[in-house]
Amino acid sequence: MALDKNGIAKRIAQELQDGYYVNLGIGIPTLVANYIPKGIEVILQSENGLLGIGPFPEKGKADPDLINAGKQTITAIKGAAFFDSATSFAMIRGGHIDLTVLGAFEVSDTGDISSWKIPGKMVKGMGGAMDLVASAKNIIVATTHTDRAGNSKLLKSCTLPLTGVKCVKKIVTDLAFIEVTDNGFKLLERAPSVSVEEIVEKTDGKLIVEGDIPEMNV
Amino acid sequence: MNKIVKNAKEAVEGIQDNMTLMLGGFGLCGIPENSITELVKSDVTGLTCISNNAGVDDFGLGLLLHKHQIKKMISSYVGENKEFERQLLSGELEVELNPQGTLAERIRAGGAGIPAFFVPAGVGTEVAEGKEVREFNGKEYLMETGLTADFAIVKAWKADAYGNLIYRDTANNFNNMMASAGKITIAEVEEIVPVGELNPNEIHTSGIFVQRVFKAENLEKRIEFVTEQE
Repeated sequence: MALDKNGIAKRIAQELQDGYYVNLGIGIPTLVANYIPKGIEVILQSENGLLGIGPFPEKGKADPDLINAGKQTITAIKGAAFFDSATSFAMIRGGHIDLTVLGAFEVSDTGDISSWKIPGKMVKGMGGAMDLVASAKNIIVATTHTDRAGNSKLLKSCTLPLTGVKCVKKIVTDLAFIEVTDNGFKLLERAPSVSVEEIVEKTDGKLIVEGDIPEMNV
Repeated sequence: MNKIVKNAKEAVEGIQDNMTLMLGGFGLCGIPENSITELVKSDVTGLTCISNNAGVDDFGLGLLLHKHQIKKMISSYVGENKEFERQLLSGELEVELNPQGTLAERIRAGGAGIPAFFVPAGVGTEVAEGKEVREFNGKEYLMETGLTADFAIVKAWKADAYGNLIYRDTANNFNNMMASAGKITIAEVEEIVPVGELNPNEIHTSGIFVQRVFKAENLEKRIEFVTEQE
């Protein structure tokens, strides 16, 4: 069965390691925070100027001075730090963030990503996505395998304006866990009860399938 | 040295048509509300506004957009604003979109006297069009330029008469860098304390960058998306 949003977030959370500083994008990536494995400590960065994102505030406790990059009210954990936007992107551009998780419209089998602009539709801007993908040591994309019309989002080359080139390392979709290698997409795991054939059929870019492909443990 | 002025009206004195302004804030968090209201009243027009976002329809920079006082925006994210969208699609408004970190660094650099620098963000994308690309240690970077403004308008939590500023939580965002990049910097603040009361170890923006300080009145501090635990 294909994973839902929470399933995708759960699988990505298994990639977290103790001591990681992590930037989570808007949408499915935000859900990863709900599934941080027990026994490890991970600190979440918000590019508007916070290291140490806490849970959403209790009812009536929302503070207009304390928001995340999606402009939602949040809290800060004990030991959090606030800073300006230039310092925030020094953390990002300087390679100090261990893992970046973000959504995408399309990913190519060389690791290019399109995530910010659909020509002909309203352009909202790239926000911090271009800075994040250009500098992150490790980028995991969280996305559905196909769009609503059933077209593959894992392509030979992106058709939409790019956010960054050759930067995506791993992809978790509702169907599969995939690594981007020098030779194309490599299938690492499949969602529970999803067949390799279905993944092959729904992947437009070059997909390497070697040996038995294990099921995800989510 | 006393940089305190009476109110927003006195603070924005000298802002004229076709000037370039920087306005602090991320979304509606940490925006100079009183100063924006005063600019709306002033009818100044043809402004180029450097600000990470463009407000919402009826608050923040959206108020200036509504009165067609802005000619050009330099921003990183401009969603959640229908009037903005309408003006952009009709060609009434010019927009330059920058990656957020690039925008932050352009402002920091401008304030620090650095005319240009290289960043990896945007290489291979449409952001790179027309920009110099140079390779350092085997990786490609884009040349970006520093930004300055005729006036920078920032919002701080606490200030003293010397113009020293402290921000609160994530309301710092673009304010700290913008304070350094204005020919004249206006600080709209929640509280003015006597000189000597701010802990020098905790000051974010040194007074040298700030020319005018005033105490904000009736701040709404609107929240764009109130999100609470269920």
